[in-house]
Amino acid sequence: MADTPQESAMKAEQEKPRPYGTGYRLIGHDYKTPDLIAKVTGRSKYAEDFRAEGMLFCRLVLSQMPHGRIRRIDASRALAMPGVKAVLTADDIPAQADFLNDNGQTIKANQWGERALTNEPMFFGAPILAVAAVDELTCAEAIEKIDIEMEPLPFVIDPLESLRPGGKNPHADGNVWTRGKSGEELTELKWTDADFAEYEQGRLPMGKPMGEWSYGDVEGGFRDAALVLDESFVTPDVSHQCLEPRTAMAYWQNGKLYLHTGTQSTYQTVPAIARWLNLRTDQVVLISEYTGGGFGSKVTGTVIMIIPAILSRKLNAPVMMRISREEEHYIGRARPSVLGRAKIGFAKDGRITAIDYYTVTNSGGYENNDNGASSAGIVSLLYQPPAMRWRGVSVMTNTPTRSAQSAPGGLQGITIIEPILAQAARKLGVDQVALRRVNSPEGKAEYGPPSHGQRTHVTSCFLKQALDLGAEQFQWKERLARPRRVGSKARGVGVALSCYVGGTIGFDGLIVITPEGRVRFHSGIGNLGTESVIDVHRAGAEVLGVPWEICDVVWGDTSKGMPYTCASGGSQTTHAMTRAAYAVATECKQKLKEVAAKSLGGSPEDYEVGNARVYRKGGGAGLSFAQAGQKAIALGGIYDGHEAPDDVHKATRAAVAAVAGQGLVVAARDKAPRDGNTFSYVASFAEVEVDLDTGKYYITDFLAYGDVGTVLHPHSLGGQMLGRSTLGIAHAIGQKWVYDPEYGAPVARRFYQNKPPTILDVPVNMQWAALNIPDPETPVGARGVGEPPVGGGCASILNALSDALGDDNFERAPVYADTILASYEAGRPLQHPLMASI
Amino acid sequence: MPETDNLRTEEGPSTEITRRRFILGVIAGGAVVGAASYRILAPGGRGRSFGGERLITLNVNGKPRRVEVMKQETLAWTLRYKLGLTGTKLGCDRAECGACTVLVDDVPHYSCSLLTNTVRGRKVTTIEGLAADDGTLHPVQQAVVEAQGFQCAFCMSGFVMATVGYLKAHPSPTRTELAHGISGNLCRCQDYMKILDAMMLGAEKMRRA
Repeated sequence: MADTPQESAMKAEQEKPRPYGTGYRLIGHDYKTPDLIAKVTGRSKYAEDFRAEGMLFCRLVLSQMPHGRIRRIDASRALAMPGVKAVLTADDIPAQADFLNDNGQTIKANQWGERALTNEPMFFGAPILAVAAVDELTCAEAIEKIDIEMEPLPFVIDPLESLRPGGKNPHADGNVWTRGKSGEELTELKWTDADFAEYEQGRLPMGKPMGEWSYGDVEGGFRDAALVLDESFVTPDVSHQCLEPRTAMAYWQNGKLYLHTGTQSTYQTVPAIARWLNLRTDQVVLISEYTGGGFGSKVTGTVIMIIPAILSRKLNAPVMMRISREEEHYIGRARPSVLGRAKIGFAKDGRITAIDYYTVTNSGGYENNDNGASSAGIVSLLYQPPAMRWRGVSVMTNTPTRSAQSAPGGLQGITIIEPILAQAARKLGVDQVALRRVNSPEGKAEYGPPSHGQRTHVTSCFLKQALDLGAEQFQWKERLARPRRVGSKARGVGVALSCYVGGTIGFDGLIVITPEGRVRFHSGIGNLGTESVIDVHRAGAEVLGVPWEICDVVWGDTSKGMPYTCASGGSQTTHAMTRAAYAVATECKQKLKEVAAKSLGGSPEDYEVGNARVYRKGGGAGLSFAQAGQKAIALGGIYDGHEAPDDVHKATRAAVAAVAGQGLVVAARDKAPRDGNTFSYVASFAEVEVDLDTGKYYITDFLAYGDVGTVLHPHSLGGQMLGRSTLGIAHAIGQKWVYDPEYGAPVARRFYQNKPPTILDVPVNMQWAALNIPDPETPVGARGVGEPPVGGGCASILNALSDALGDDNFERAPVYADTILASYEAGRPLQHPLMASI
Repeated sequence: MPETDNLRTEEGPSTEITRRRFILGVIAGGAVVGAASYRILAPGGRGRSFGGERLITLNVNGKPRRVEVMKQETLAWTLRYKLGLTGTKLGCDRAECGACTVLVDDVPHYSCSLLTNTVRGRKVTTIEGLAADDGTLHPVQQAVVEAQGFQCAFCMSGFVMATVGYLKAHPSPTRTELAHGISGNLCRCQDYMKILDAMMLGAEKMRRA
């Protein structure tokens, strides 16, 4: 049914950009987060800054073969050394077992999954044993005295080599991932020589896939197209390279494990540790107040952090494990490279008619990380093809473990597709922004393949507005009018669309109003510096109508009572936990009214909450928050946490019990409805200047314009918009793995060989902006932002480069000066076309 | 062992640091270890003695600090593991990232690549020594707070120290000059615009102070 004119006008008003903070006291306004002073004075403690009485140290021994089997370990000479306490091997690590998680789901043990230590290292750098001693120097000396006999096994670094007829398998069980009865399974797949016929031309072979889906009439779309392009593109393997090398310090007290470590998610890391150690969740206390970067590599910590826990249990002493930068390179996770090929049909106006998309993902030595598959969903959303087919294969190789990295699949999909759109716009004579606009999603856009006959859709999308306002702010038209070539300098401008998932639902909040009148929010979110750990509770304070100055946030220590909280990954936190904060603050108001009614008479409806008081409507008797906290303790039961609501998660009930008696204790679950899945969107703009004599290029300007829902905290949002854009830019300008294929050994394993962008690699005046249009499907309207800018960061640079240089200069990222120098002169790409790690 | 300026006269052959020990202690590359290794002492000092330790006095954050150091010991190590000044971070331990930057006589240095013995008699300032005794923040620290500079902040101490050192020599930089001045530091959250905003504000505050 069509909207009435009045409804349409209201909707139009709601969907207009507005200044940050409009209509709110706290939301959308900058403030000083409570962790800042500790950080800026050096008092903030990261995992390695903790010390415990009698603490021992441990160090790892990593495999020096890309694939092998431990035949024998003789540690007797090491153990005889003074100060050496223990040697831990894979035989001491608890076996992988099925695990029942918090939600009652069984997580099946993965027989090919990564363990903390292994007797069959699957990559050069896999941990095979650990030594504990009184200090690290003793550990290092002891390691030299350990004899390790290893049998080399066949290995494969390049996923396509493994798919060739007669190609080696990375593991005796096979080389590709398939979905079996009990989850992910490894199986063998070899393509035919005929499949590889186009390999030498740089076209991705497309043999038998292990996964596929489609919708619409793909062939019909190509038939009707004015232009059809078929291009292959390779994205790099990129290490997360968190600045804090992963560290863990563990000790046991009264049967409980206390673990200090850096993790993205405080609450959600506890079940992971419990699973890896075969413990109950109530036997684990996690302390993680400050974490030095995650980017997807520490969503729930990493399995190696159980090593000091096991050593500590064995030795009955605290054990610290810190690792070096080089070790971080091996065990610190990386984004999988995706080899992609897309055939795209375009109408005359640039509208996409069909996409046929194929991906080969390098999933590394352990679990499946099929970023190619996830990239396909993003492509179908972001460019809204009326017909699309995806096929792909995820290949195991003897390279380090991959994991999610900011926009897993999103970065790769956008980086593979965007250069084809740029090329199409040039061939069709359509403006780049106009071509993006005509294909951009809008409103409740559908995406992905149909499930049970129906495609799913998003909550809302205002990307066209972001694109329009971004083009205006970036002065897109004016820049196009400027000369492209001045002497040996070529200028180019690029635009790219970008998006990623932006939120989940159904988590819990926990508030305590203390007898002193403080409002305390318990935050189970990790502190990565994105400030969502604090920011989301501003929504709670906004609902309660209290000044921020009387609010405290407790975070970073699970013994202090953490409600059921989402994992901080997939950009879900801002969305999920503002909803939980909204729910618990709304419930808190109700409980305050009930306490007032019980104390002062009347019914709860007679009261209202404001100015840190609960008072009778129209004036009269009331309670300050301090008095309400005191009364709640006197009332007990559901008011002071001695009872918990039935509908919250069991973890929240445990948290309520932990704070029982401390004041008015309120827990609640987010039950707000949502129609569609939540995504955030970014339009990215870049300008580059290329020196054609040297191939060196500079990014001279950059703008990220976001459609990310209501802006919670402009400073932290800006940091995310540009920080994550730059994380994406890194894939365009420099970061990748390099391997020696002969020995299976990594060549790039330190910062200087695999360098993240420095302050000189980006323009000094990068810009960001956000629409600040609330998402209509969530109470505060805020969506996540961590990942949506990443793909646009990378692709806008690539598009600016091809604008400056023309097509056919590169077919993989990153693009180095020597790539440009050689290819520009030759007039065709001179890179090895289908290999990411060369 | 009393402090002396002449290392050679104090050391007998039995406490000589061998090249092998130096490598173990400082660079420990090796085919097996592949990693830096430190002798970090836990409280109680139960660590094994490797010999060659000498009691020296350092001037750290305006105070004399007596500390036993090995000949091959880096300043980052001494600060973090012996003097408890853990605000100085180790991100790479190889002069690649700048997280360990401290001031030596007001000049920024990577403390992971400076031997402690070489800074005797010089003025060492760490992030813990920037604020006044009454807790008043240094103008650059204050600017970081106001501009919400940095995200995870593992790089923050290094960036702040590099900036303070740069601004002492160049009080009125342009944005581009300041970026060059602190380009020896890596921020993996890539929060460079917010860092530059904060540091430019810090420069302004330092000029006014």
